[in-house]
Amino acid sequence: MSVLLRRLRVIPVLPVYVAVYFLFLYLPILLLPIFSFNNAATTTFPLAGFTTKWYASLAGNSVMLNAAWNSLIVGISVSLLSTVLGICAARAITRYRFRGQRTAAGLIMAPLFLPEIIVAVSLLMIVLAMGVELSLVTVILGQTVFCVPYAMSVLVSGFEGFDRSLEEASYDLGETAIGTFRRVTLPVVAPAIVSSLLVTFTISLDEFILAFFLSGTEPTLPVYIWGQLRFAAKLPGVLALGTIMLVASILMLTLAEILRRRAERRTQLAHALP
Amino acid sequence: MTAAALETTAETPSPSRRRAWMRSDEARGLAMISPTFLYALALLFLPVLIVIAYSFWTQNYLDIDRTFTLENYRQALTEPIYRDLFIRSLWISLTVSVVTVVFSYPVAWFISFHGGVHKNLWLFLITVPCWTSYLLRVLSWKVILGYGGVMNTGLISMGLIDKPVTSLLYNSNAVVITLVHSWAAFAILPIYVSLQKVDRTLIEAARDLGDSRIKAFFRITLPLSLPGVISAFLIVMIPTVGDYVTPRLVGGKDGVMIATAIQAQFGKAANWPLGAALSVTTMVLVSLSAAAVVFALKFTIRRIK
Repeated sequence: MSVLLRRLRVIPVLPVYVAVYFLFLYLPILLLPIFSFNNAATTTFPLAGFTTKWYASLAGNSVMLNAAWNSLIVGISVSLLSTVLGICAARAITRYRFRGQRTAAGLIMAPLFLPEIIVAVSLLMIVLAMGVELSLVTVILGQTVFCVPYAMSVLVSGFEGFDRSLEEASYDLGETAIGTFRRVTLPVVAPAIVSSLLVTFTISLDEFILAFFLSGTEPTLPVYIWGQLRFAAKLPGVLALGTIMLVASILMLTLAEILRRRAERRTQLAHALP
Repeated sequence: MTAAALETTAETPSPSRRRAWMRSDEARGLAMISPTFLYALALLFLPVLIVIAYSFWTQNYLDIDRTFTLENYRQALTEPIYRDLFIRSLWISLTVSVVTVVFSYPVAWFISFHGGVHKNLWLFLITVPCWTSYLLRVLSWKVILGYGGVMNTGLISMGLIDKPVTSLLYNSNAVVITLVHSWAAFAILPIYVSLQKVDRTLIEAARDLGDSRIKAFFRITLPLSLPGVISAFLIVMIPTVGDYVTPRLVGGKDGVMIATAIQAQFGKAANWPLGAALSVTTMVLVSLSAAAVVFALKFTIRRIK
């Protein structure tokens, strides 16, 4: 036993384990780009040589471009709507204390703890029961429910520690409420807001179940991809499209993270000022 | 209940007191949160109520018969096909959540205790893969595990096997692997947060008083990080029980889960009340099993001496 323990101390077990864990997380995602440049219609090793023809084939695919346009409309609307709703909730929670606060926050955060299919089915039922036609609007409304919890958690961490006395000082010095918001509050919380916009846009761009149930005849990109998966011959095109979406998502998330950290540093700095 | 609670706080008697209340933190807080709260009420709470209502009704072709009945629940709980799907879905989500939490704990511990100054960077790197398209991640597992997929062709070209292994894809193991991969970050984050709150001096005290490193971990660190373990467990188990994409893409015939049956009631089969009853039953069953596991976990941890 003690020999084993001594040996465990010599080999860095935990760092090795963490490295393996990271490989497990990243390898499957790296496969998509690798095969999207592979000069073969199948996903087998050894690789068959480099090509960009799968990317070129996307450019002339009008159905795909239409789905991409739909995704863009939905993504922008969802990120704006959920960030505005997130700002209200995050401000209420970080700035005020009131009865019912936990219940309200609990309901808003509930989509994180529910199977997505149940959220989707219940939205589908209420939309159809009210006689509303399925369209991009229903997708936007549904995805917003799902994105608000994420927007709220990004924004709460950006608003937390925001010094109220800065706003009060601005009022005391004769600034109006709007002026105070624009010149004092906004500059401090702006990075968190942009970060929330980026995160919710990414989630909307990648979200499938709600779009699948609520989109009717106007597919978003994930719904389009789902339809293509039935045809083995379409796989390389899907991989190329998937790679583009992957790169876009990672870029936006990285930007959001940089902004979030800047927001954190700014609120800390505001605190440190005498 | 929530609406009622908000209403009672809004009732304040005399005009002067009402004016004072309107300027209070309470009124401003309520006003501030109300747009988001009402949105969630209208598009989350209300729809769930409608699902519950539908589950007690019956459908005759295009008409809905609104007389109360438990027939849908009888079907959901007794028909062998649904019973098997419930058991398999619960079993898969339980396995996935336990495996995810067990495999993620050391990583969260490593970041919290040995992450150095770059803890945020570590956490970011963990979350990136989990925030890329879920559909694409499942697709890449299909590419890895398939008959002519990466794993098989890779192993053949290395000379380790001479014909493709068929048992990799289209079964419940493939579903479990894919889901564990998808939910890793959701398990690491809450565990990490609770590990950050563990008072390091307590561990030092235990070490000074003669506990071994491992004993100190089981007696101090693990019990104190239990809240994180529990929320990690819940945040993985409850959503995975209703997963639709993974069973459809990598599950095959042996990996079908309840979401496929629910979806069918809203598509081809078109029996909304039965679909609603299946949804409600899923939620109740997963909540009960999650509660049982949480209880068992707390009980075991308390027994550690």
